[in-house]
Amino acid sequence: MNVAADMPVHPVLLGGLAAMLDASGALFLPDEGTLVVADLHLEKGSAYGTRGQFLPPYDSRATLERLAEVIDRLRPRRVVALGDSFHDRQAQGRLGHADALLLQTLMAGRDWLWITGNHDPLPPADIGGDVAAMATIGALRLVHEPTLMDGPEAAGHLHPAARVHLRGRSVRRRCFATCGTRMILPAFGAYAGGLNLRDRVFSPYFPAFLTAYMLGQARVYAVGRRMLLPD
Amino acid sequence: MDQRHTGAKTEAENAAQDLPPRFRDWFAARGWQPRPHQLELLRLARSGRSALLVAPTGAGKTLAGFLPTLVELAQGAPMAAASSPPPAERRGGSGWGAPGPGREAQDDERIASSDRPPPLAPPRRKRGEGERSIHTLYISPLKALAVDIARNLETPVAEMGLGLRIETRTGDASAHKRTRQIERPPDILLTTPEQLALLIAHREARSLFGGLKRIVLDELHALVTSKRGDLLALGLARLRTIAGPDLTMVGLSATVREPEALALYLVGSSIVPDVIPGQSAEGAQGKGIQQRESSARPRTANTPPGSPSLASLAGDDTGSTNPPAAIVVAPPGAPAELTVLDAEAALPLAGHTARHAMAEVYDAIRRHKTTLVFVNTRLHAEYVFQELWRINEDGLPIALHHGSLDASQRRKVEAAMAEGRLRGVVCTSTLDLGIDWGDVDLVVNIGAPKGASRLMQRIGRANHRLDEPSRAFLVPANRFEMLECRAALDAVAEAAQDTPEPRVGALDVLAQHVLGMACAEPFDALALYDEVRSAAPYRDLTWEDFEAVVDFVATGGYALRAYERFAKIRRGPDGLWRVTDARTAQHYRMNVGTIIEADMLKVRLGRVMNRKPGAPGTVMRGGRVLGEVEEYFAEGLTAGDTFVFGGEVLRFEGIIENEVRVTRATAADPKVPSYAGGKFPLSTFLAARVRAMIADPSSWSVLPAEVAGWLARQQDRSILPGRDELLVETFERAGRHYLVAYPFEGRLAHQTLGMLLTRRLERARLKPLGFVANDYGLAVWGLSDISAAISGGRLSIDALFGPDMLGDDLEEWLEESALMKRTFRHCAIISGLIEKRFPGQEKTGRQVTMSTDLVYDVLRRHEPGHILMKAARADAATGLLDIRRLSDMLARIRGRIVHQALPHVSPLSVAIILEIGREAVYGEASDAILAEAEAQLMEEALS
Repeated sequence: MNVAADMPVHPVLLGGLAAMLDASGALFLPDEGTLVVADLHLEKGSAYGTRGQFLPPYDSRATLERLAEVIDRLRPRRVVALGDSFHDRQAQGRLGHADALLLQTLMAGRDWLWITGNHDPLPPADIGGDVAAMATIGALRLVHEPTLMDGPEAAGHLHPAARVHLRGRSVRRRCFATCGTRMILPAFGAYAGGLNLRDRVFSPYFPAFLTAYMLGQARVYAVGRRMLLPD
Repeated sequence: MDQRHTGAKTEAENAAQDLPPRFRDWFAARGWQPRPHQLELLRLARSGRSALLVAPTGAGKTLAGFLPTLVELAQGAPMAAASSPPPAERRGGSGWGAPGPGREAQDDERIASSDRPPPLAPPRRKRGEGERSIHTLYISPLKALAVDIARNLETPVAEMGLGLRIETRTGDASAHKRTRQIERPPDILLTTPEQLALLIAHREARSLFGGLKRIVLDELHALVTSKRGDLLALGLARLRTIAGPDLTMVGLSATVREPEALALYLVGSSIVPDVIPGQSAEGAQGKGIQQRESSARPRTANTPPGSPSLASLAGDDTGSTNPPAAIVVAPPGAPAELTVLDAEAALPLAGHTARHAMAEVYDAIRRHKTTLVFVNTRLHAEYVFQELWRINEDGLPIALHHGSLDASQRRKVEAAMAEGRLRGVVCTSTLDLGIDWGDVDLVVNIGAPKGASRLMQRIGRANHRLDEPSRAFLVPANRFEMLECRAALDAVAEAAQDTPEPRVGALDVLAQHVLGMACAEPFDALALYDEVRSAAPYRDLTWEDFEAVVDFVATGGYALRAYERFAKIRRGPDGLWRVTDARTAQHYRMNVGTIIEADMLKVRLGRVMNRKPGAPGTVMRGGRVLGEVEEYFAEGLTAGDTFVFGGEVLRFEGIIENEVRVTRATAADPKVPSYAGGKFPLSTFLAARVRAMIADPSSWSVLPAEVAGWLARQQDRSILPGRDELLVETFERAGRHYLVAYPFEGRLAHQTLGMLLTRRLERARLKPLGFVANDYGLAVWGLSDISAAISGGRLSIDALFGPDMLGDDLEEWLEESALMKRTFRHCAIISGLIEKRFPGQEKTGRQVTMSTDLVYDVLRRHEPGHILMKAARADAATGLLDIRRLSDMLARIRGRIVHQALPHVSPLSVAIILEIGREAVYGEASDAILAEAEAQLMEEALS
């Protein structure tokens, strides 16, 4: 595959499977026509709103518009949402009409799989699409929380972010974390924060080798473990 | 009772005779004379006038502020009793010299004389209950100052047997004390702006302040320049509403150039609404509201000889219900003995450490009793402290005092100073204001003073006796600073001061206040709007903005009405807004205030176990907390870096659970240099003087030879800009092409200019690489020949510096600017959008942070016109980005840009490009950094 450096997608191999890392934070498996996104956290803003912190109620819109842009560009046959797609069980009820409509438009004409997460153990019943706790594509396991099981795996849940510091400037971005066999996807949701890759919670998953693909404006940037700094 | 002596007396002497006997006796017993301005304030208070007292340090400002209160309270008090008589007997009211009228009569009088609109809501209390009220409220910017003043007041009050209750209310007050103060208010309460905000948001605010007679505002010049000043102004507006027209204000201020603005702040501007309060807010839309304000123009009154000069602010009284404040200017003290240190070693071209002058500074400490050494940043304080100890052959007790040291450590230093045990203290602006610690006889200011007023304030820390001169040394650290020091010296000699820019009240502060007012009692939007506009910073607030703020407080104020069900405040059928549940008020109390500390991390000393090369090793837990550092500083460190803190060289081991873990380093020289650039940007006023000095060679005679010679060589090899011109030089050096400009507008404005110039040069394909900025100028460098681009007509210098850079370029930059995001974060916290973290709620260890940056990104994209974006933009204009100053400068230099294409580096530019490597190199943290990190991975892979 020949992809120029300034294309928004960056080719890698994940458990032997061709994979492309998109600067939006989505993982694309071109041979399967499958787009994978993790941790949309729809209606996270309004969850704060119910507690009196009136965050701008546009996070679902922002998240879905970004997803729409990726889908429009990569035209996947199938979309897998890797869990925590809805911030809580009441999230669907708070989703605005226009946002719900946008989601329906995105789902129309393609397979859609909701992997369940800790925030959404039961995705909304009437939302459409399939629901599963886990799925496999070839040898690749798709789950919400990363496991320590053998074999290639793509997971979300941990919201990896990385920080580098060069020439007096520090950049912290969401990132894909991968050792070539397993991958933890960055959170896709507009209000989903990031957890620094140097946090010890990541270490069991990447005992030997780790590359962070940090999300840039136009593409992802591969950064080695030695460059990564704690917050 | 000999109240009046016969014979011709000056007004002041007459006033002295009006002092009650026990005050006269008390002054006499101490061998003191009441000062003319103290008596003038007494006279003004008697006529019900508010007053601004402008006086130098040591002029007895505090006593002047409190004297009318003490006299008034004493005149109601039985002569002998030192015990607390019932309040009604003590309160004199406005009938000076006569036995105080009963409370009832006083209330009648107040209502009768009031031509104000009715109070916001019907008074809850019946007449007579107002006896439970504070008489005088004192507000200081510093908690410690309030405590100290309370202590100082106790002495005269006890000696004269006045039997008054004087109490302080600070964040440290116990719950018991707080409750008691509401139930049984003291006569005089001393507190801070934040505590005032809490008090007026209290349900009992009306009874607490119903009988308030006087407010004393200390260090007013320091309070009004920030959002704290906005909060205080709103609080004062509320107090005026509650207490009515009997309330008088006294502002105490250091010398400022234009005291009129402060006087206006003090009394506010009155607005008499033409609409009847209670009319529906929607119906009015502000259109029916006529603004009739006191024009409040200064007028100089006849000044009797020998009395303080008195400029009276005689407002035209039509429409004004607040009598304008009189301005009382106390005579200046003995002129300060100021010297700009001309050290034996040559003054460096650049740098901020003043290392070349340490021997002289040390010598000065040795020759004086107690010396305060002021520097501009904490890290610089660390550096100077270390340097002084390096040469401290006599083992003089020299201590360190700055805001990030542990509080107990600071208290120890303060106590030692008060006891006269210290010979020198290296300190930052933490000691600019406030309490007199011991007998300081010399002030040393290292680095440039940045503003004439700040310098005056610092000089005033030496010698609090008015009649003796204060002594101070200015120690410039580089040649530009020498110019600035000279300019400041001349300014001080002329008693010319910076003028604090009158603020436009911040909308985030207003949001906080609106919620507080709803917590106090239900409010009518129109009445509150009028009250808010009576606060000077908010006089031009539009109804639309006010309405948007109320809407923001209620439900977030978004076009997408997502939060109606969860409203914090709601308008009832009676038209009044009230809080919807008790939790809201509780949250308000936890989050009040406008001071957002930089995120600070604790510095903890530990030992490291199992250190492996390249790995952080295990840092032992426990260990002593040394103080705090700014998060951004800690972020810049990597394990193994050494830096100075608390006077020691420390090794950075890592950040563990929100604490910076350090170990003692063996190295004597820290690897990470102390960043010592100014924290305060050069004031506009001093900048103009520096430009004038450069333009006028006849003024160089006062400069040290190397500085005058430096300017002369500049004249020779390039050009000296005229006082209103902007000099831009371009040249090549070592393969890099430089553009250096000298606007003298302060570091913040230069940083913003640098960001925008870099963008424009990039668009012109001139491949800029980075820039540095200091208070005097900035240098951009890159790979393409800028001189050639200009001579070849591909780049126009006038277009490059065109004011249109504040349009699209600024907008684009703001989208990603970290400074803008930080500004937004502050607004989000102050306005209550997100909650300040408070003790016990900090997340520890593993944390998924949802930062305000994400909120900013979403809001900017989806509702850029939101009121909070408006607040953040207003802040950006004056705060970290200083856009207003940049915009003024771009207007000033239009058509006056002098470009010099040089074959070599110019003498002036050396002083700026030498900063490269010393100062942070700017450019936004961006994808370029990521690309560089990626390239390093590639190198690793290939090596």
